[in-house]
Amino acid sequence: MSASNDVSTSAMASGRWRISEVVFWVLVLACPLLFPSRYLIMTDILRLALFALSLDLILGYAGIVSLGHAAFFGVGAYSAGLLALHGIINEPVIALVVAGLAAMVLGFFTSFLVIRGVDLTRLMVTLGIALLMEALGERFSNITGGTDGLQGIEMQPLLGMFAFDMFGKTAFWYCLIVLFLLFLLARRIVHSPFGLSLRAIRNNPLRAAAIGIPVNRRLIAVYTLSAFYAGIAGALFTQTTALASLDVFAFEKSADLMLVLVIGGTGYLYGGLIGAVVFKMLQEVFQTITPQYWLFWIGLVLVVIVLVGRARMHRWALWLPNLVIRRLAGRKAVVVVPESDAS
Amino acid sequence: MSIRTDLLSLAATGIALAVAAGATPASAQESVKIGLILPMTGGQASTGKQIDNAVKLYMQRKGDTVAGRKVEIILKDDGAVPDNTKRIAQELIVNDKVNFIAGFGVTPAALAAAPLATQGKIPQIVMAAGTSIITERSPYIVRTSFTLAQSSTIIGDWAAKNGIKKVATLTSDYAPGNDALNFFKQNFTAGGGEIVEEVKVPLANPDFAPFLQRMKDAKPDAMFVFVPAGQGGNFMKQFAERGLDKSGIKVIGPGDVMDDDLLNNMGDAALGAVTAHLYSAAHPSAMNKEFVAAYKKAFNSRPGFMAVGGYDGIHLIYEALKKTGGKTDGDALVAAMKGMKWESPRGPISIDPETRDIVQNIYIRKVEKVDGELYNVEFATFEAVKDSGKTKK
Amino acid sequence: MTTLFTILFDGVAYGMLLFVLACGLAVTLGLMNFVNLAHGAFAMTGGYFCAVLVNQSGWPFFAALPLAFVVSAAIGVVLERSLYRHLYTRSHLDQVLFSVGLVFMSVAAVDYIMGSSRIFIKLPAALEGQIDFFGVGIGRYRLMIIVICGLLTVALQLVLARTRFGSRLRAAVDDPRAASGLGINVPQVFAFTFAFGCGLAGLGGALSAEILGLDPYFPLKFMIYFLIVVTVGGSSSITGPFLASLLLGIGDVAGKYYVPKMGPFVIYTIMIVILIWRPNGLFGRTATR
Repeated sequence: MSASNDVSTSAMASGRWRISEVVFWVLVLACPLLFPSRYLIMTDILRLALFALSLDLILGYAGIVSLGHAAFFGVGAYSAGLLALHGIINEPVIALVVAGLAAMVLGFFTSFLVIRGVDLTRLMVTLGIALLMEALGERFSNITGGTDGLQGIEMQPLLGMFAFDMFGKTAFWYCLIVLFLLFLLARRIVHSPFGLSLRAIRNNPLRAAAIGIPVNRRLIAVYTLSAFYAGIAGALFTQTTALASLDVFAFEKSADLMLVLVIGGTGYLYGGLIGAVVFKMLQEVFQTITPQYWLFWIGLVLVVIVLVGRARMHRWALWLPNLVIRRLAGRKAVVVVPESDAS
Repeated sequence: MSIRTDLLSLAATGIALAVAAGATPASAQESVKIGLILPMTGGQASTGKQIDNAVKLYMQRKGDTVAGRKVEIILKDDGAVPDNTKRIAQELIVNDKVNFIAGFGVTPAALAAAPLATQGKIPQIVMAAGTSIITERSPYIVRTSFTLAQSSTIIGDWAAKNGIKKVATLTSDYAPGNDALNFFKQNFTAGGGEIVEEVKVPLANPDFAPFLQRMKDAKPDAMFVFVPAGQGGNFMKQFAERGLDKSGIKVIGPGDVMDDDLLNNMGDAALGAVTAHLYSAAHPSAMNKEFVAAYKKAFNSRPGFMAVGGYDGIHLIYEALKKTGGKTDGDALVAAMKGMKWESPRGPISIDPETRDIVQNIYIRKVEKVDGELYNVEFATFEAVKDSGKTKK
Repeated sequence: MTTLFTILFDGVAYGMLLFVLACGLAVTLGLMNFVNLAHGAFAMTGGYFCAVLVNQSGWPFFAALPLAFVVSAAIGVVLERSLYRHLYTRSHLDQVLFSVGLVFMSVAAVDYIMGSSRIFIKLPAALEGQIDFFGVGIGRYRLMIIVICGLLTVALQLVLARTRFGSRLRAAVDDPRAASGLGINVPQVFAFTFAFGCGLAGLGGALSAEILGLDPYFPLKFMIYFLIVVTVGGSSSITGPFLASLLLGIGDVAGKYYVPKMGPFVIYTIMIVILIWRPNGLFGRTATR
């Protein structure tokens, strides 16, 4: 009894909000005021951030590598699209949850395939599942619209009050609120004893099993949860763009997601969020400079990041902010490098 | 045990930079801005490149001022992914305040942008995508490329009248491919022909060999083929490799498969293929000769039908601006474009005032060797063909 | 019946090609434990190099093939010594990030230099068309692929099993520390092996231009196929990837012929089933790394 008390106390202590986190969300809130003409790209970043957050739950916290996360994104996207297209559920928020649950069901059933095997096997099994979903989408093109995608989706106003506008304002706030709520939930989960047990499994599955953690059940649970998150991200995509085509299952989508998360840092919830910002920013800048050859410069950045070392990169990037924080709030608030990179 | 983690301040600076980097101040309405959205990367990149080249060539030759206003092109890459197209179009309209959106390499991309053209009252010039329904999706869409119905109905009639009885079809499985198939089938079977085998290949498919084997086993008189621009070369290679060229099976189809851009590299297997299309680099007009020479000189390659779509698209924009005297009101521009007629490198063309779709000559051509190079040589002309694929009212 | 043989023949040719393309990856991944997703970029380099030699400089096709091998191997060795070497000890995620970065750069660079259209290599007339063998249509080009790749496979197997270098390599792989203690220059062995794998990829790239088509997106498009070959085959020997390549090739061709609508479905299902059944591949080691 007392042991479990200790666990929850320590979990709670590590779950306290810090100044820097508050600053982060305040800054996020400030963005729409600072850049009122950039709602669309900001919405794009938010969706990607949520998607990356979902991958972080399994990769960063449970150590499951996945190259097929687009499967869940796609199922969420198509569920939301079909629900709206056929008028089954007209209220976007309810449809969002339903789409997330649909992805979650797929996540639950595929989790049994994924928990077996080593990294490379998992990578290929997840990839295979996503490719299978894509092939299915292509096969049943009478339902999915095939390569052309679902045509003619019209979204009803949110909660019957807020219509999606051309400037993307509604979409932005909608995505931001969903992201924040799900972030809170994820934060609660990873700081709970459940989250701690996941980390124990990631660090050493054998030892975790030896101390009585039901390894497979925990992995299934977190994989299913992660699928739910990815499904929500997919549904948000369809609802805010009124599009769903086979691209949602594409290998590139899963691969880009991996890059996003690795750039931002795995194993801490802000990694995906930061990665999404950095990745989209790089893409936007390079695409503006050279619409045809931007891929080269993205590639160069990736290579340089690895050669310099992610940990060192993060240290450099944090040097100035840390200096400022130190001046303002004293030593304690200093921002540190994520744990996965410190090792 | 765990080190406390976050990179928050970095993120904040990042967000600020990301957003600032893309933010361009909306400048005063001095120049006419055209948002050119094309697939410049990915599998459809060659389409994007041809159109971009053609637009550059046109502006080089005709100058970048029209009706007293400077024309500015903002080129964006959408990688042929519709959600990118939609976001880019939206940003171009909202932030850059463009007066036209143009380009659109594939049908889904053109459809994704259609509601934005309507909402923003911005003319949308479709320079490539060829599904019939596109122009019905917004009253602001004007097309300068082609529709598959135009060429497929004509090759269907031609095949039925020229002793071809049994045809196997191989088409890419997406909207234009289905259009091509359906219109061909409709006209060909009405003329007494029979479809013996029907295969749809995935859009992104590098290996035609197994599909071709099916075609071969069906023993048709001819094979009706539609693959999007850029894939024709691969198709013909494997056609020859399978010995189909020696087996007496003819290749017929809309001209996409015999795209001029690739034709010369296809090898002799392509000889004798009969296609119906809007443009051949061998089109015997003075204007076309000049166009081909200038294009070759500037880009060291042969212009294909995509390049012509782009060339005519930018021409249409110039002429519409001349008509409105440089005014950029969307409704006025579209009104100016309706019914416009001009001479293009592909021959005489016009914009149908009712559907805003292109009306053009469709030529039946045969691949022949001219001066050691392969060309589509035109031998029959169907004049002023309208799109027959519009929804019947 | 004859169709069945043609399908089988095509499948074998396709599989052999995949094997030559992917076996270098099996080496880097299985032997050096390095996730080199940029493997396809070396294949592309070889293919484009061969195309330029044949189409623009007028070299005969068979003379250009070995050069495709040499050039890719040379680029491989330079990159290995300058960049890859530093990353052997890094995490897999770093390696993925790095090699994907390289792929992106190669894609854009080739697009810039050679254009984005698909290119083909002009073949000698002797390789075009089909020959009729007891009613079975046999593509000459595919026949050549089977011959070349078959010889290569046999040679590889012999080198690994019979030569001094082969035994050094196997020793270096099984236990690098003990091997270096025995005086084997492990980095040198690795560099050589890496370069050889890249060279094979380059040769494969040149051979595949005719069948798979060569464009700047080659490394991205076929990355999945290479990975399937390596994971399904397992990476402890070259027999595994070889059989996996054949399985994939035949499965792909037959799937597309008999069930055109379900083609990709067949491949991915087979892959998942095999991986569930044998997580380390058909011929994988029993112990996990």
